[in-house]
Amino acid sequence: MNRLKILFNGILKENPIFVLLIGMCPTLATTTSAINALGMGLSTTFVLICSNIVIAALKNFIPDNVRIPAFVVIIASFVTIVQLVMEAYVPALYASLGIYIPLIVVNCLILARAEAFANKNTIFDSMFDGIGMGLGFTLALTILGGVREILGSGSLFNLKFIGDNDGILIFVLAPGAFITLGYIIALINSLSKKKS
Amino acid sequence: MAKLDSSLKNMVLSLSLISFVASAVLAVGFSLTKEPIIKAQQKKQQDAIHAVMPIKDAKIGEKVEIKLDGKPDAFIIYPALKDGEFAGAAIQTYSYEGYAGKIEVMVGLDKDGTISNYTVLAASETPGLGSKISEWFKTTKGNQDIRGKNPGKDNFIVKKDGGDFDAITASTISSRAFLSSIRSAFEAFKKYKEQK
Repeated sequence: MNRLKILFNGILKENPIFVLLIGMCPTLATTTSAINALGMGLSTTFVLICSNIVIAALKNFIPDNVRIPAFVVIIASFVTIVQLVMEAYVPALYASLGIYIPLIVVNCLILARAEAFANKNTIFDSMFDGIGMGLGFTLALTILGGVREILGSGSLFNLKFIGDNDGILIFVLAPGAFITLGYIIALINSLSKKKS
Repeated sequence: MAKLDSSLKNMVLSLSLISFVASAVLAVGFSLTKEPIIKAQQKKQQDAIHAVMPIKDAKIGEKVEIKLDGKPDAFIIYPALKDGEFAGAAIQTYSYEGYAGKIEVMVGLDKDGTISNYTVLAASETPGLGSKISEWFKTTKGNQDIRGKNPGKDNFIVKKDGGDFDAITASTISSRAFLSSIRSAFEAFKKYKEQK
């Protein structure tokens, strides 16, 4: 029961994007289309789960004063592996995410979960936290990417439903990311206020 | 097991061990993905050549590198051979004038220099704007389709600058860079034919 709570905590109550507002750099940069957002979300989820498990397993072995460099080495190793595997087996996705894959290393969501959760909890709890937070991140990114793609390019997951030049350009560009994110957060806040 | 103290010995030992294991894992990961990555890149290259070739089932001859005055890198020509006869070529060309730096294009020309097709190999133009170069110039609409046109006869410059082709809406710089790469390809193609 407790683990289920940890899982849903990441997806809903403490959603990293809509509620905690961390990891904004990849959020704003890679959500130009739903498929890019999904790819970024899943890569981050994988890294997050792996690093949470390893850090929870090693937490007693890592002295407190050097915990940050140790976490960064572990996270960077997983990111590099994701990058190599992606380049080898899904080159199309690698080409469209490009520079943002190595930048997962500095996604503060991952370091924050390592520091705030994995460093204090058991391996299994940390794994569930990784899954929950990762899925919450992926969900948020995909919603954001979907809305921006529909408004900006008139398509969803590359399926076109309006003409070529009829999209609202600004939603594909950086300001569109801020505008969309702002409205989604406002919507979520007003919904959760009504509930309580 | 209790948490290790932050003594110098523990810190050095812990960080060294983590780094050592991380580099071992990365070394294994690198050597496992090395082959598939090279293969994926070669396949991308081959697919691009075949996609733009002026005639189907052409045999691809030995590649030739052509240097042009005032252009930093060589242009790579993959001649198409039909029954041993020269029937056109796929040319790997580029321009440094893109909105976000270099764009690389593979373009197919028949033996007179008429464009059969093209594909964008690498570009970091703005998603949703400049990134449209990968489709725009092979879409039958207005004056934007370059297929069937010949850089020797038609004016490969955007309309705004007095040429024959419509630039992408809000992406004149990317359009200019793209057309400039096609002009360079044609120059390299002429030089190649003279040398033969």
